[in-house]
Amino acid sequence: MTYLAKPRLLADVQPRNAIGFTKRDYEGAISTLCAGCGHDSVSAAIVQAFYELDIEPHRVAKMSGIGCSSKTPDYFLGASHGFNSVHGRMPSVATGASLANRELTLIGISGDGDTASIGIGQFAHAMRRGLNIAYIVENNGVYGLTKGQFSATADKGSKSKKGVQNADAPIDLVALALQLGATYVARSFSGDKDQLVPLIKGALRHQGAAFIDVISPCVTFNNHSGSTKSYDYVREHNEAVNRVEVIQPRQEITTEYEPGSVRRVMQHDGTALLLRKLGLDYDPTDRNRAMNQLHEWNAKGEILTGLLFVEEGADDLHHHLNTVAKPLNQLTQAELCPGQAVLDKLNAALR
Amino acid sequence: MTPVTATNDFVVKFANVNGSGSASANEMFARSVMRMGIPISPRNIFPSNIQGMPTWYELRVSKDGWLGRRGGCDLMVALNPQTWDRDIAELVPGGYLVYDSTRELPRSKFREDITVIGIPLTAICAQEFTDPNQRKLFKNIMYVGALAALMDLELGVVETLIGEQYRGKDKLIEGNRNAARIGHAYAMKHFTCPLGIRCERVDGVGDRIFIDGNSAIALGAVYAGATVAAWYPITPSTSIIEAFTGYCRKFRTDPATGAARYAIVQAEDELASIGMVAGAGWNGVRAFTATSGPGISLMQEFIGLAYFAEIPLVIVDVQRGGPSTGMPTRTQQSDVLLCAYASHGDTRHVLLFPEDPNECFELTAQAFDLCERLQTPVFLMTDLDIGMNERLSAPFRWDENRHYDRGKVMTAAELDAGKLFARYQDVDGDGIPWRTIPATHPSKGAYFTRGSTRNAQAKYSELGSDYVYNLERLRRKFNTAKELVPQPVVTPAAKPTRLGVLFYGSTSPAMAEALAMLQAEGVHVDAIRVRAFPFSSQVDAFIEAHDTVFVVEQNESAQLRTLLINEGEYSPKKLVKVLHYDGTPITAGFIAGAIRTAGSAAKLAPQQSHG
Ligand SMILES: Cc1ncc(C[n+]2csc(CCOP(=O)(O)OP(=O)(O)O)c2C)c(N)n1
Ligand code: SF4
Ligand SMILES: [Mg+2]
Repeated sequence: MTYLAKPRLLADVQPRNAIGFTKRDYEGAISTLCAGCGHDSVSAAIVQAFYELDIEPHRVAKMSGIGCSSKTPDYFLGASHGFNSVHGRMPSVATGASLANRELTLIGISGDGDTASIGIGQFAHAMRRGLNIAYIVENNGVYGLTKGQFSATADKGSKSKKGVQNADAPIDLVALALQLGATYVARSFSGDKDQLVPLIKGALRHQGAAFIDVISPCVTFNNHSGSTKSYDYVREHNEAVNRVEVIQPRQEITTEYEPGSVRRVMQHDGTALLLRKLGLDYDPTDRNRAMNQLHEWNAKGEILTGLLFVEEGADDLHHHLNTVAKPLNQLTQAELCPGQAVLDKLNAALR
Repeated sequence: MTPVTATNDFVVKFANVNGSGSASANEMFARSVMRMGIPISPRNIFPSNIQGMPTWYELRVSKDGWLGRRGGCDLMVALNPQTWDRDIAELVPGGYLVYDSTRELPRSKFREDITVIGIPLTAICAQEFTDPNQRKLFKNIMYVGALAALMDLELGVVETLIGEQYRGKDKLIEGNRNAARIGHAYAMKHFTCPLGIRCERVDGVGDRIFIDGNSAIALGAVYAGATVAAWYPITPSTSIIEAFTGYCRKFRTDPATGAARYAIVQAEDELASIGMVAGAGWNGVRAFTATSGPGISLMQEFIGLAYFAEIPLVIVDVQRGGPSTGMPTRTQQSDVLLCAYASHGDTRHVLLFPEDPNECFELTAQAFDLCERLQTPVFLMTDLDIGMNERLSAPFRWDENRHYDRGKVMTAAELDAGKLFARYQDVDGDGIPWRTIPATHPSKGAYFTRGSTRNAQAKYSELGSDYVYNLERLRRKFNTAKELVPQPVVTPAAKPTRLGVLFYGSTSPAMAEALAMLQAEGVHVDAIRVRAFPFSSQVDAFIEAHDTVFVVEQNESAQLRTLLINEGEYSPKKLVKVLHYDGTPITAGFIAGAIRTAGSAAKLAPQQSHG
């Protein structure tokens, strides 16, 4: 069958990562989202991040809730298992999946409605338990899928497309994640791939609850003037605190940094996060200061982006539960079932 | 009024104040009777409060081995002034009252037709012990000692049990034994012992074990290889996870590292519990949650997802009285319909109905096999009566040759060998598709799980034909389940009859006794105990073979009967309701009474409905 030859040739000229995969191997089905939707850029950044991290796609599980954002796991990593669950409840499903196989890399995709509105409870508890996941919220301030109602992250005073002003106070998911004990907390913008890709890489390599709030404009329902989640607004009001470079365990550091400008944070698996400070005086390892600075900038109507907090040597749920190293879904009957002899003893004690 | 006389056949009830430490003393009394070879069945009656509220422990002693609730009370140990009047009123004429006579009570507080036995428990304790804590606690074991004298229990048996209970704590053993002896001596000295109701050593217990259903479920889950449990506390299910935690620590701790071969998470609510269990089941472990009605209500959306996305998991529903918070500490079979059709859309679920702790163990283990074989949620439907009361039942058995049935899970080797993988395709004709576990194979077998319609290859699809294919396959799968689930148990009457009775779950012991009563009266009724939904063809055959089938249930709306009519399309007139729903466990007297009246009328006009 000659038609096979062509894609193979094409594939041959594409660059491959350290484990021999091309970027295409990390792609998925063709997106059905609106042209220009921020969520598609996030998917592209995810593809890039996995490619650069040399992760085998089948060792990844993609988890999501319901929404335009939650649909996107179908559009990347087609060779991974995916689970599009119910609205707002992805964190619990991801928790179960993580318990069953601690070796699986979990990426969770959610929306601001999915996480901050209906799912705020599960989000909170997944963060405080230290679920080992890269949890990404594609935050557009509205419910895209149900046609543009305000979500719980919509800023007070932000105008809907029909001109209605949002009167409710917004939930800042980054502030919440910090308060709840997440051990890797970042914010980024779907329009800034250079910032976003390393942040996703860092989250994937973090062992514990890693949260990224990605402002991801909805071109159809929330990209007009008056919206605080439009491309224009975010470009004008975003202040990056740092740039991150993720250095894999056996990888060399090639970028040159001025002495004293970079801070190194080690992850459990030997990955190093190199954080280059930008204009602000910002310490991403101090949870309290991070919260304070976040509040200050929020009050000014400005958005802090970058790696806002990271805890070195963080622990995850499996650590708290002291589960065996072998994934629970690989334990055999012999390792699980105590057998009749034990039952005889139990029976005797119950008489 | 002549005092009741009965040997090994009576009901004793303890009226206590919750939190007074009486529970273990009452249980010790019950076990002492059991150790003398006499069948017992105790029931806890408790309010939804922790301290200071009334509780009762009702113990039926039955030489004939009837384990259902009898009703009435022959001897009341009345230690709660708050409930005194109703406790006294509950005694049968000729019954016995044991109470703490430290404080004198006016004559009007007693009944003329009972025997009153006053023991100054508080006063004796005050005299014997100095520590206020001991004064309070030893009072309990002291009345056990007194009862032993009054009812001819062997004091040695009580002392042995004390030794077992406080093994390793010599001081406690000595203290408790001493208190029991004091009580015993007091009764011997002041009353004619034994009373008319008494115990006599027999061999009526055999090799049976004495355990509550919730512990049995926990053990069943351990034996079945469940490794993930997620839950949210709710009476009467909580003790399942507590027991599971205990058994796991004991039997599932890696000897080399001390690490856990299990993960138990107390979730933030039942939505999260079922979500975790779904995620875990999807990812290839055996996972379960335990809850009660309100929890099932919250889980609805996820149950639908697990059904439609075909995820194996086990839900234990220890039923209590509804609706809403209803009667949280009373028993009922009130969630049958809720669970059978849980969630929106065309759903139907596999339900299993254990009758006692032995079946709680056995059917729990089977539930895990079934959920993986069928790739669907399986409900274990018990209730407070089985769950939170200790019951004599056959000992647990585990066939060493038994292997977990993990169902149709495609392996990397099969994928490499070119076996077709299409997640939702019915390749075998039984409606059950093949699944893969994440991380199985580098390039084959990955698929996207969702609650939306998809085609046989698990690709999103809004095509009507794809949707219909899927629904019809699910229906086929449910039909496959009919003969895989535990089959019903038929007990034929002594003589051929056109009358049948159908029942399930905790009704079992009362039913057995009712059938014996009826048979003694010459009323013959064939019985079928349903053990699962979907109903097996044997249930159809049974209903068809009888003119009238009484359906005995512990709920107000005849839920299983509704299910029978809906699924089997039987004439409602043929299925006569026998319903008990006041929160107490059903009794043989109630069942026999209902069948007796309705049955004699039905014999004259077989198509008439009653009840
Ligand atoms: C229980 C439930 N309620 C409501 C819905 C309808 N619904 C689907 S997506 C959605 C909002 C999604 O918003 P968001 O998470 O912000 O995602 P976006 O589409 O904006 O990316 C709603 C309300 C649902 N699927 N389930
Ligand atoms: S409606 Fe908005 S969020 Fe949804 S796909 Fe379109 S642009 Fe994206
Ligand atoms: Mg949104």
